Amino acid sequence: MTVKQLSVFVENRPGRLSAVTGMLGNAGINIRAISIADTKDFGIMRIIVSDAEKAAAVLKENNCLVTVSSVIAVEIDDKPCGMAKVMDTLYKDNISVEYMYAAFLNVSESTACLILRTDSSERAVEALTEAGYRLLSEEEMKKI
Amino acid sequence: MGRYWNEKIECMAREDMKRLQSERLVAQVKHVWDNVPYYRKLMEEKGVAPEDIKGLEDLHKLPFLTKADLRDAYPYGLLAKPLADCVRIQSTSGTTGRRVVAFYTQHDLDLWEDCCARAITAAGGTNEDVCQVCYGYGLFTGGPGLNGGSHKVGCLTLPMSSGNTERQIQFMRDLGSTILCCTPSYAAYIGETLHDMGYGPDDIKLKAGIFGAEPWTEEMRHEIERLLGIKAYDIYGLTETSGPGVSFECEEQTGMHINEDHFIAEIIDPDTGEVLPEGSKGELVFTSITKEAFPLLRYRTRDICVLTRKKCSCGRTLVKMSKPMGRSDDMLIIKGVNVFPSQIESVLLKMSNTTPNYQIVVDRVGSVDTFEIKVELSDEMFSDTIRSVEELEKKISSDIQGILGIRAKISLVEPKSIPRSEGKAVRVIDRRKLH
Ligand SMILES: [Zn+2]
Repeated sequence: MTVKQLSVFVENRPGRLSAVTGMLGNAGINIRAISIADTKDFGIMRIIVSDAEKAAAVLKENNCLVTVSSVIAVEIDDKPCGMAKVMDTLYKDNISVEYMYAAFLNVSESTACLILRTDSSERAVEALTEAGYRLLSEEEMKKI
Repeated sequence: MGRYWNEKIECMAREDMKRLQSERLVAQVKHVWDNVPYYRKLMEEKGVAPEDIKGLEDLHKLPFLTKADLRDAYPYGLLAKPLADCVRIQSTSGTTGRRVVAFYTQHDLDLWEDCCARAITAAGGTNEDVCQVCYGYGLFTGGPGLNGGSHKVGCLTLPMSSGNTERQIQFMRDLGSTILCCTPSYAAYIGETLHDMGYGPDDIKLKAGIFGAEPWTEEMRHEIERLLGIKAYDIYGLTETSGPGVSFECEEQTGMHINEDHFIAEIIDPDTGEVLPEGSKGELVFTSITKEAFPLLRYRTRDICVLTRKKCSCGRTLVKMSKPMGRSDDMLIIKGVNVFPSQIESVLLKMSNTTPNYQIVVDRVGSVDTFEIKVELSDEMFSDTIRSVEELEKKISSDIQGILGIRAKISLVEPKSIPRSEGKAVRVIDRRKLH
């Protein structure tokens, strides 16, 4: 089970982040997770939103460069070693993490949600499910 | 309808064409000598009289005319007919220095439009076609020239002029335009807009486009052909030499046939002025041989190109000129190196199906030139990781260095963030000019 992630090219100039997130907000789209990878001149904003299709359309309409890809949203324990355990599960199966970031949504008080991109989504989903982790669905992202 | 507008001329045997050119040259020189004191003085200074010009072989004896002469003689100094006989002027945009004004008698207009009719016919145009002209009308020669040519061929002519792109596309769809005439950058823009509006080549009837008035590359041709689903033909001309139609492309798309019954072409060494043999790269020089109002003898175009008389598959015997490899006016000297925007364009268009939108920014910090190329990222170029974007940046940078020998800072920018003009694209911002 995977969820859709939008990657948006953002130039490093004042006001760009405010403009891009504003476009989403005005369209009634909620951001459930966000990360920004940046260089001196540009950044790539990766987001999980309440409605990926609509968000991509809104951004493209406003001349943003957007690609949509699949990532894994996994629920982990919000306590020491919660993160280490999930990394260990992947490591044991020889799956490497390309990048990851935390989401804003917590299903319960004791859990946290992690967004993962690995070199093999398929194997990662299998390994995590086998280890008893709960993966979040696209449907769960829609709840604002 | 045949493949030629004027088969007799376009396929004339070389010897016959030489005879025709010689005859017309002698008459044109006499016309200029008698009516243009400015040029007569140049001839006298060089010690040449009309009697010395007996034919084509004597052409090299005549003095050159340059753009500077046109400015000196502005506005009437090169006029060879009384104003009462003139019916039209056209003019350059005058972005560099004083504008150039060219005069036309009715006869001149007829010949000019005839040249454009040859270009439209070579692009497959007949009286069955709907020809949409989106060159600017007015003083600019693009609109009036192709408009007149389109009338001659008998196409249903849409005198759209440039701008209001969505309306252009609406007319194109509603009236089933089959031929598009405009600048190549506007053609690319129309193509992009078409796709942005959710249409593709199958939603329009266009089959050919005739594009000129600014330099463009083979890669840009492919891009336009892909976006609009057409064959894109080049056309060449200068306001000084009447306008578009001095030369035009045939279906072989390997250079432009020069209308030699109206213009004699030479290639010279731009430094020494010496005439170079066929096949050499050098500055293109035109001599008009049928002009009434504004004849120009040995006019230096500043365009660098090559002439060839290799047999063309279209059957025309008219000499072909290559796409100008850059106009010396467009050339930038950055860090002491000659840079033509077309070189940069050819690099960029090799990076997948890039939208050809870029801007060169040159500045000077202290005594050192800075050289930046802004490139709009397209969907095909963008992927999710920083690494892949940085790799693309590096690839462009190393290809540019490979072709120019100097480094440029490549800045990848968001789509549509470089300002577009609907006529000519502003490709260069040179902030070094401080005067
Ligand atoms: Zn040909």
